[in-house]
Amino acid sequence: MNVDYSRELPTIEGRLSLAEIERLVATPLESKPDKKFYIALSITGTFLLIGAICLAISFYYGTGMWGNNQPVGWAFPIVNFVFWVGIGHAGTLISAILFLLRQKWRTGIARFAEAMTIFAVMCAGIFPIIHTGRPWLAGYLTPYPNQHSLWVNFTSPLVWDVFAVSTYFTVSLVFWYVGLIPDFATMRDRTVSKLRKTIYSIFSLGWRHSNRHWQHYEKAYMLLAGFATPLVLSVHTIVSFDFAVSIMPGWHTTIFPPYFVAGAIFSGFAMVVTVLIFVRKIFDLQHIITINHLEKMNKVIIATSMMVGYAYAMEFFIAWYSGVPAEQFVFINRAFGPYAWAYWIMVSCNVIFPQFFWFRKIRRSVPIMLVIVILVNVGMWFERFVITVTSLSRDFLPSSWAYYKPTMYDAGILLGSFGLFFTLVILFTKALPVVSISEIKAVADGAQPVHHGGSHE
Amino acid sequence: MNNKKLFAVSALFDDPNKIIEAASKISESGYTKYDVNTPYPIHGMDKAMKLKPSNLGFVTLFFGLSGTAIALLFMYWTMSVDYPMVIGGKPFFALPAFIPVTFELTVLLATLSTVIGMLAFFFKLPANSHPLHDTDYMQNVSKDKYGIFVESADPLFDENKLRNLFKDLGAIKTEDIFIPEKEIFPVFQPKFLILLFITALVVSGGTYFTLNKLMYTLPFNWMMDQGKLNPQKGSVLFADGFGMRKPVEGTVARGFIPYPYKGELNPSQTLSNPLLPTKAVLELGKKKFLTFCSPCHGNFADGDSRLHGQFPNPPTLHSERARNFSDGMIFHIITNGQNVMPSYASQVTSEERWAIINYVRVLQRSKNASDSDLLLSKEESSKNVAK
Repeated sequence: MNVDYSRELPTIEGRLSLAEIERLVATPLESKPDKKFYIALSITGTFLLIGAICLAISFYYGTGMWGNNQPVGWAFPIVNFVFWVGIGHAGTLISAILFLLRQKWRTGIARFAEAMTIFAVMCAGIFPIIHTGRPWLAGYLTPYPNQHSLWVNFTSPLVWDVFAVSTYFTVSLVFWYVGLIPDFATMRDRTVSKLRKTIYSIFSLGWRHSNRHWQHYEKAYMLLAGFATPLVLSVHTIVSFDFAVSIMPGWHTTIFPPYFVAGAIFSGFAMVVTVLIFVRKIFDLQHIITINHLEKMNKVIIATSMMVGYAYAMEFFIAWYSGVPAEQFVFINRAFGPYAWAYWIMVSCNVIFPQFFWFRKIRRSVPIMLVIVILVNVGMWFERFVITVTSLSRDFLPSSWAYYKPTMYDAGILLGSFGLFFTLVILFTKALPVVSISEIKAVADGAQPVHHGGSHE
Repeated sequence: MNNKKLFAVSALFDDPNKIIEAASKISESGYTKYDVNTPYPIHGMDKAMKLKPSNLGFVTLFFGLSGTAIALLFMYWTMSVDYPMVIGGKPFFALPAFIPVTFELTVLLATLSTVIGMLAFFFKLPANSHPLHDTDYMQNVSKDKYGIFVESADPLFDENKLRNLFKDLGAIKTEDIFIPEKEIFPVFQPKFLILLFITALVVSGGTYFTLNKLMYTLPFNWMMDQGKLNPQKGSVLFADGFGMRKPVEGTVARGFIPYPYKGELNPSQTLSNPLLPTKAVLELGKKKFLTFCSPCHGNFADGDSRLHGQFPNPPTLHSERARNFSDGMIFHIITNGQNVMPSYASQVTSEERWAIINYVRVLQRSKNASDSDLLLSKEESSKNVAK
């Protein structure tokens, strides 16, 4: 328990050799799935099926099956969309921003976090599309040549969103694939099965670990990280514009972009910790995804928790300071109105419980950590719920006020999105190396030359 | 084995320091066609191999800026040129509102071009048939060893010398790599092809079933086919089956107020030209004259048109009689028709008819000018100069 923070902690524990590292990471891909795997898959598959059935019913009878109605037209679909996009932010943050900051510890968790980004953005993408009511016409969201010169409105935040989320998904996927190429090559040279070798050969593109390639590869990785960093900030900024560009009280505030980005990192890290706790245990990766990694993630969680808490306080202050009665009403209504229960769940889960991470013992204790990060996930979902629903349910016109209640189908579709996410995560753990083999080898003890005279790290 | 062609001589090392040393030695000896293969990038190798800094950044810069330009120009064209529309009181070219999309497109093009450029053009991938594949050497460098090889195409290549050099540098193993006799395409093995075929079948069949049988959606055709009625289209709604409808009985179109003297021989004396012969009126008159009158009366109203001889010849408009017609009389003739000439009331609006009359007056004046007119115009022009 006594950790010396004055020295840099080793990224990999136990002085593993390169071959041992490779074996550890590759084992889940080469062994037959066990009973636990199928049990987990059947649970998430059931959730996915429930979501699919609810969606099918919604398409058959129409979106009237949901609780959305005047004045709360956005409701669950948009809450879930913002929630999942937020989850997706941790992956790129870990793989790009921590890469630029030369944080070596990111190597153990980057691949997994990137995969979670991709899956979370897939979940997120479903919601705005189903919210349109006719998801098969989603192509009209893009600018396309129309007989009537009818173009999308490029000055609308909703169109910015289409561009931001689709760009983010594409860039994350490309970034992820570029990182996977050397690992595909390693798996290709490892495997004995002919079919696997063919598949790995195709995806590795015939990568040869050539140093003439590594040189450009490292440059490209840095360029991609450089682009992904502003991109990840831009995506949740633009998501917040969906709210902030409107004139709805409680939404029309300039604090939204930084507040949303901090919240996204907060929820994303919480989700990554939640999943990693199980993955490192089940796949015996404690030496590669160490307790130090989890502790560092928890430090990020408490930092972003404080930012989010600051934003909550600042919203109240500005509402009072602005002197706009509608704004003042909305915030008092949030804390003491009909949705006060949701507001206080949000505040306690997002601001109060993460404060336990000030204690080193709790930061390094897996069970307590698990409880707190799950609470953070719950709290961040409620944050989006509070923002979306409280403002809409009581806006400028008291005659149109109404209390929004989700239906069974809303809940089912939300459950289905969790089912989709965790199904993809579980399949990923068996299909691809969950840790970047080439990156983790590069930071192992004795992997780099000692006396070449260069000072760069 | 001996009939195989040698591709390269390779050596394996088990220490990152030794591979750095080997790489610097090989590059110092003047070899150019060699490469180092390591399971991960090794710090300082670029220096040891004397590689020039990567110029991949220029690809990124070029395509990133292209993305910026494409996005801005496209939004400018759609919002300011193709269909300008005021939205939210913003200008047609609302730069602040265009920033998000511009940024996203810049990032998208920059990253895609960097990755595609690197893989396809810098690395020449995919290259699954490279001689290095499926050798012990590749298996080792893929795992935990560090390898170096010199190609036989190098001008300084000497098998034995290289083997000794590698041994001296501390290689744990040297290996000759041969060019494979014939290319092997693992992609074409039956098991894989069947897997691919089944995947394609399931995906396409599932998509077809979902879209066409479950959801009954029409094919997505970018609104090329719309529910509205186009000209000449039939319609099942109306008894006569025509999509195009006639206006209601008694409808009067703009500019087509019914002519009160229809069928009369002599026009009313009250008809007078409401238009002044301004430049715009004369240009309109000229255009309409050339369209509707010139086929019979000729481009200069001489009665010498391209239809000359096919019908009873139309008269010149420069005759004494035509010149003495009042404006009202000419209007009456155009509106009512005369002899073979049909009525133009349904094709030329009354304003255009008056404009035509003004233009005919110009033609009459210029075709029948006298010397005194010349003097008059000279006088006028000298006056203008004096001014």
